[in-house]
Amino acid sequence: MTKEPLKPREVKLMKGNEALAEAAIRAGMDAYFGYPITPQSEVLEYLTIEVPKRSGLVLQAESEVAAINMIYGASGAGGRVMTSSSSPGISLMQEGLSYIASAELPCLVVNVNRGGPGLGTIQPSQGDYFQSTKGGGHGDYRLIVLAPASVQEMADFVFDGFVLAEKYRGPVLILADGALGQMMEKVDLKAEGSLPKTVPSWATRGRSKDRDPNIITSLFIQPEKMEQINMRLQAKYKIIAEKEVRYEEYHTDDADYILVAYGLSARIVRKTVDLAREKGIKAGLLRPQTLFPFPSVRIAELAKHAKAFLDVEMNAGQMVEDVRLAVNGKTEVFFKGRMGGIIPSPEEILEELERIDEKIVAYQE
Amino acid sequence: MEDNLVLEGLEVVYHKPDTLTEAPFHYCPGCGHGVAHRLIMEVVEEMGIEEQTIGIAPVGCSVFAYHYMKIDMQEAAHGRACAVATGVKRLLPEKYVFTYQGDGDLAAIGTAETIHTVNRGENLAIFFINNAIYGMTGGQMAPTSLCHQVTSTSPYGREEKAMGFPLKMTELVAHLPGAYYVTRQAVHTPNAVRKCKKAIRNAFEYQKENKGTCFVEIVSNCPSGWRLTPLDSQKWLEENMLPMYKLGDIKLPGKD
Ligand SMILES: Cc1ncc(C[n+]2csc(CCOP(=O)(O)OP(=O)(O)O)c2C)c(N)n1
Repeated sequence: MTKEPLKPREVKLMKGNEALAEAAIRAGMDAYFGYPITPQSEVLEYLTIEVPKRSGLVLQAESEVAAINMIYGASGAGGRVMTSSSSPGISLMQEGLSYIASAELPCLVVNVNRGGPGLGTIQPSQGDYFQSTKGGGHGDYRLIVLAPASVQEMADFVFDGFVLAEKYRGPVLILADGALGQMMEKVDLKAEGSLPKTVPSWATRGRSKDRDPNIITSLFIQPEKMEQINMRLQAKYKIIAEKEVRYEEYHTDDADYILVAYGLSARIVRKTVDLAREKGIKAGLLRPQTLFPFPSVRIAELAKHAKAFLDVEMNAGQMVEDVRLAVNGKTEVFFKGRMGGIIPSPEEILEELERIDEKIVAYQE
Repeated sequence: MEDNLVLEGLEVVYHKPDTLTEAPFHYCPGCGHGVAHRLIMEVVEEMGIEEQTIGIAPVGCSVFAYHYMKIDMQEAAHGRACAVATGVKRLLPEKYVFTYQGDGDLAAIGTAETIHTVNRGENLAIFFINNAIYGMTGGQMAPTSLCHQVTSTSPYGREEKAMGFPLKMTELVAHLPGAYYVTRQAVHTPNAVRKCKKAIRNAFEYQKENKGTCFVEIVSNCPSGWRLTPLDSQKWLEENMLPMYKLGDIKLPGKD
């Protein structure tokens, strides 16, 4: 197949999953391995159409287990690699992610979160927050977790994800959800080939005579050595926590109530903030764009002045634990959630906020 | 023996390949892994491809294969070597890629990866060390354990009805169109070793042709797992393993 020329910067109307796939090609992805699952199969479908005409390679694996291990191999061979799936498939990848974190291999993994547990529902959910941010697989490791809230961020975070994965030599997760994957929005796509790439010196590409063999492994059988490896990983996570926190604020300056939400929930909460302000309730939104590292420092600052926090998620209350840790008892943290693929409405969140407001006002009087 | 022993005037006819490191093998006396490692590395040296070869180690007794093989290597999760190898080979199609896997790794936990890698005809070599037991974890039953074989998890013998039949993975993959060269060898006698080396050589040579997967089973001893002396294990292998796992070529290029 004849190759198409590199694409310039373009503004398009696209589905979240397709924008993400298109961004991956533009970001110079060398290889994608994946297995179909709703609501993200468009990523694989889009890539099987585009990659042969453009650059890189795409392979439909026999399972998510195989896909993540193909990622391990191709990343170890020095490639810029990506896989994507949705919740049940991401569960199957956890063993591989633990190995990848330990062997310190850069890669981008995308979870278009659907409702669970079990086979669950194909509707959007944020039920995988714990799995994404607390390790997921065995052992002490973290993924850098990026949480897009628009089709634009579905595309932008692919570039950012590759940069972070390569900078810190580890797996980066984009945690989206079924709605972000399926909805169409305008997206400003970066020019293709704009992300520089170097072949890492540690990659297994055949040993040249002037060096020792490169070995990719996660086996360190001496506990002293294994502890050292753990210490190195923890030191890396500390640097990441200091340098890579990202969040967005909306009307937090004078807010009595800080609503915390990520991804799709944050879009809904933005509307709640507007509705609340129309009613004279001073609400503001803090939207973490990175879930690990978490904007704990900023939340602690906001906790000094806020009357209360309201954490909103499409789950039974997962990120709220991190909000409570950051607030550290300085003020009350409330939670509003819907589960199993139900998206909360701005109005029902507003009702919750009004109840909290009544309580707090009554208490103060 | 002294390291600096000089044998003046004598011609070197046999030496440790430079593609093996100085690390002493940790394998038990009589185990076939050391011989299999050496044969693979002899072939890599003879073909002069040590700079173009990437090996994938399994989880099993040979998990540390990369301590011995002086080439770039990756250590895969248990059973995932074929998927890892696929990732490497797809990215570096000009390089030689092989996996080295035990029977638990390849024929139990990694069955799906093995079959689909061969079914895609990935242009790589799979070296499958069949010792009819889980060596590393202390002698548990493997999918390739024989009927009535006593292991630590089949203490009254493998009863096929309850525990399944010995799995002939090599015959199974030979049916797949993606398989280019499939053979079963052993390393328990000098003659078997010579034939096995030839098969390993073929598996590397055929990668140049880009025609599909080369699959070499190596029937091997596990004296510790079998609870036998090395010598008795040779006998047990001949009397019990070989009737079930017949040596020889199963699929040859051009003869389907
Ligand atoms: C996911 C997982 N399950 C189980 C194990 C434990 N385990 C390590 S090696 C092994 C079996 C090894 O047997 P085989 O592949 O036949 O190789 P051998 O040691 O006989 O050479 C098992 C069960 C593991 N490491 N990972």
